[in-house]
This record gives sequence, structure tokens and C-alpha cells, in this order.
Amino acid sequence: MAKTIAEINQKIKQGKAVVVTAEEVIDIAREKGVSKAAEEIDVVTTGTFSPMCSSGLFLNIGHSTPRIKFGGGKVYLNDVPAYTGLAAMDIFLGATALPDDDPRNKIYPGEFRYGGGHIIEELAAGKDIRLEAIAYGTDCYPRRKLETWININDINNAILFNIRNAYQNYEVGVNLSDRMIYTYMGVLKPELGNANYCTSGQLSPLLNDPYYKAIGIGTKIFLGGGVGYVAWHGTQHNPDVPRGDNGVPKEPAGALAVIGDLKQMNPEWLVGTSMLGYGCTLTVGIGIPIPVLSEEILRYTTVTDAEIFAPIIDYSEAYPKMKAGNLGEVSYAELKSGHIKIQRKDVPTASLSSYYKAQEIANILKGWIEKGEFLLTEPAAPLPGAESGITIKPLKERPVME
Amino acid sequence: MDVSQRIVLHFPPRITNQSIVCRLAKDFDLSFNILKASVTPGEEGLMVMELSGDQRNYDKGIQYLTEVGVKIQSLSQDVVRNEARCTHCGACVNLCPSGAFSIDPETRNVLFDHNKCVGCGLCVKACPPRAMELYF
Ligand code: SF4
Ligand code: SF4
Repeated sequence: MAKTIAEINQKIKQGKAVVVTAEEVIDIAREKGVSKAAEEIDVVTTGTFSPMCSSGLFLNIGHSTPRIKFGGGKVYLNDVPAYTGLAAMDIFLGATALPDDDPRNKIYPGEFRYGGGHIIEELAAGKDIRLEAIAYGTDCYPRRKLETWININDINNAILFNIRNAYQNYEVGVNLSDRMIYTYMGVLKPELGNANYCTSGQLSPLLNDPYYKAIGIGTKIFLGGGVGYVAWHGTQHNPDVPRGDNGVPKEPAGALAVIGDLKQMNPEWLVGTSMLGYGCTLTVGIGIPIPVLSEEILRYTTVTDAEIFAPIIDYSEAYPKMKAGNLGEVSYAELKSGHIKIQRKDVPTASLSSYYKAQEIANILKGWIEKGEFLLTEPAAPLPGAESGITIKPLKERPVME
Repeated sequence: MDVSQRIVLHFPPRITNQSIVCRLAKDFDLSFNILKASVTPGEEGLMVMELSGDQRNYDKGIQYLTEVGVKIQSLSQDVVRNEARCTHCGACVNLCPSGAFSIDPETRNVLFDHNKCVGCGLCVKACPPRAMELYF
């Protein structure tokens, strides 16, 4: 039955491809059996919509008259610093960047109302952004100061390049201490007052392709409401972790680096985000099509929330101090029920990842493919699996002597 | 400098609110706009008003109210959700002390019941896209 991507694309062009979401495929396979489902279905779409801190934007704003060299100078976008260590007019804005005068956590917990992620959202929305630059001046780039409005429609390039997105599984954050803590897993109430999780579970891209048999470098994806590509494996990609019989990692594992043109994206799917007491970030919408090239690939997409497990981690002590060990494992079905049991205590759960929006993304992508607007790509190279020997290592600190 | 604030006044049963409120205008040169009042004789009275005037007079007026035994709260009842910004993540669901948020088990849509909100403001800063807005 093995299909090829070329064959699936042929069907997409003819408007005959059978496309279902990673949620719909569960019932279809239950009814018809995996092999029948694999024969009938061509593409399974996935989705996730979640804060993803390692996101950022490369900008080229076009040369001024006279010319100015940003490289080695300073650039601010709406008072948020951008990175200038590149050629004359290229800058990079990270999602977690903050204005120099943001009080941060000096007034605890810091509010982090506005940062790099918010500018990315505003640029995507077509809003004007104030750019201020200071340069040192050279013979070929004499100008030393620039203050101007920029707009995404006028600048040369706005390339979203997120170095780690779409994590394959994530931890459940809790707080064992006796005070409220403010983390990237949200506000965690004392003494196991709540438990927060952060993936779309059975809809999440890499949880539907646990061994990276379908998604690879070069896979075309839904990114921020537009089209993007998988550029590489994400930083901290860690394929060699404990997995269930279904292949699904039981802790954070793989990740993706993704790239795309911000000019064709939509602010609905790139939302500037403020984590109280933690910082600014960007909530990113990603949807990835999984071509049903084999029965095995389809079987992986039928994974349900009840079969995906996440470790429960104490963010008051174990996480900050890098202590090993967890407070047990819990399935996404339990997490989504609204309550879990930890140390015999009933703990209310909440998600930082929007399942509602993940469904919408999977459905939008499904619509694009059904209408023949979105063709699949053949990966140029696979993502590294456990056999690659890639692991993530903690830092070995070496004292610096004078 | 002029200020204008919406405040909630709780009158103890023993004092009548009419004369007190009039003194705000007469003695402190403040103007007020009563938005809501519920007074039952012999019971605690409640009034929601917008009080405005010069900052120094305003502070004096508030001090006067406190001295005569009126309890003052800022009006924090009005927490509304900016529907366009809500991503339906659900981060607010287990934070709200009054259970104003719930999740539709079918669609996973996060529902906000304005009537259950007690205006504590916890969700306002904790909502990651800052969709919960506090109005005074
Ligand atoms: S935390 Fe904010 S964005 Fe998330 S569901 Fe609640 S109101 Fe909506
Ligand atoms: S203000 Fe307080 S009571 Fe009202 S919805 Fe937010 S958390 Fe709940």
C-alpha cells in the first residue's frame, strides 16, 4: 500500500486527497482498522498553539540615505533592543527581548507587558514600529543616527526563524513550596495548588510522528497562519529518552527549528505573550501535515491523550536546582479531565497550550490541502533519531582564573 | 491635578448616606455620579459612584468618608475578557478562586462567566496574552 509523497501530491492537485486531523484519525482507525484507514487516508494534519520562547525574527529594513551600518551598533524597535551583530542592515529580534527600562522582576512578580514577541505580533498585523539606531560611522556607512517608522510592507525581509519550537512532549509544572511561584509554566500555587501542562497532546505534531518517520528537514508546514518550513532539528533536540511501547517519549524529547516569511503570516497565530514574573515570549501556531506513507506512520497518528504521558516536576526546587526525579507520570487524558492526583492530593490542572486553537490549525491546514492550495514536500534530510547519539548535556562549569 | 475614580461605598446601618454624599460636593468641591445605590433602612447601604475632582480635595474627601465609618473599595468588579485576544489556552482556569472559567469538554473552548467573577484581578496579570482587562 506504500504511497509516495509524489502520489499524494498528485491527488492533492486533483482535489482527491483524503485529509483528516490527528483527532479525527483516531475514530476512523478505531472503526475501520489501521490498515484500511492507512489505505484510505493520504494526509493527517496536526497542530499546536503555545508559548515558544526560542522564536525570533530576522529583519532587513533597506538602506537609508546616507547609509548607516547597524552591525556593531545599537538598534531599538519600539524601545526593545534588537541584535545587530550582522551585516549593515540585518537585525534580529528575539521574542523574549525587553526594553532596557522594563523593571523586570525588581517589582516582583514582574508584569512583562511588552517585548520582542509583541513587536513580532504587531509587525505581522501591519502596524508601524519605531526604529532607533546608533552606529559608529565608517567611510562607506557614514551615518551615525537613524530614527524612523518602519512597516512590514515596506521593508525588504521579515523572516521568522524559531530555533526551538513544537516540543515533542513537555513537563507538568507544580509547586511544592509554601509560596506562590511565577514560572514559564505559569503561576503555580503553593503546596500543589495547581498543575500546568503545555502541549496539544494527541494533536501535537511530533507526538504523532514519534520516530520522525514523516516530518524532516524541509517539511512544509503551517507557521503563524502562513507557510513555513522545518529548517533543522530544534536546539536541545533530545531523541534518546524513555519512550512508551507506542514510541511516544515520556518526557521532553525532539524539537523543531522552523522558518518562514512573516509577511504572509497572521497576528492571530503569532501572539505576544507575557508570563507573569517570568518574561515576554511569543505564542506560535504550527501545523504539520503527516503524509500517510505507510501503515506504520498512520498507526502513530492514532495516538490518543490516554496514551501520552508527561512527568510531573516541582518548579520550586527540583527544576531550578537541576535535581533529578519527578513526582510521577500522568496522561494527557487525566490532565484534560481538569484534575489529577499527586501525592494523594487532588490538584486542578490547566494548560498553557490552546487545544481549541490547535484544532483550528489542524482544520485550516486540512482545508488548504483539500483545496489543492498546499502541496507536501519531500524532506531533504531526516531529523536525527536516537541512533544519532545526540543528547542534551548540562553545562560543565569551568572556573575562570585570572 | 484632577482625578476621577469609580469606588464602592459601604455605609454602616447607623448613618444615612444622603447627607454624607452631599458634603463631598459642598465641603470638598468634588463632583459625583451615582452609578448604583441600594439602601435599605437599618441595613448596610451600598453605593457605587464615580467621584472626581482635584487630587488633594479627592484625598480629603476619601479621608472624611473613612472617618465617618464608610468602607471604601475601588470598583474592581469589572473584569472583562477581550475576546479577540483570548487564545483559549486555559491558563486562567485553575487560578480563578471563584471558578469563573470553565472548559467546554467537547470543543475545549474556555468559557468565562462574568457573573461568577468576584473581581480579585488574579487572572488579569496571569493571562499570558493579557486578554483579561480590568476596568475601574
Ligand atoms: S488565560 Fe487568558 S488567553 Fe488563556 S483562556 Fe484564560 S483568558 Fe483566554
Ligand atoms: S478577576 Fe478573579 S474572580 Fe474574576 S475571573 Fe479573574 S481570577 Fe476569577
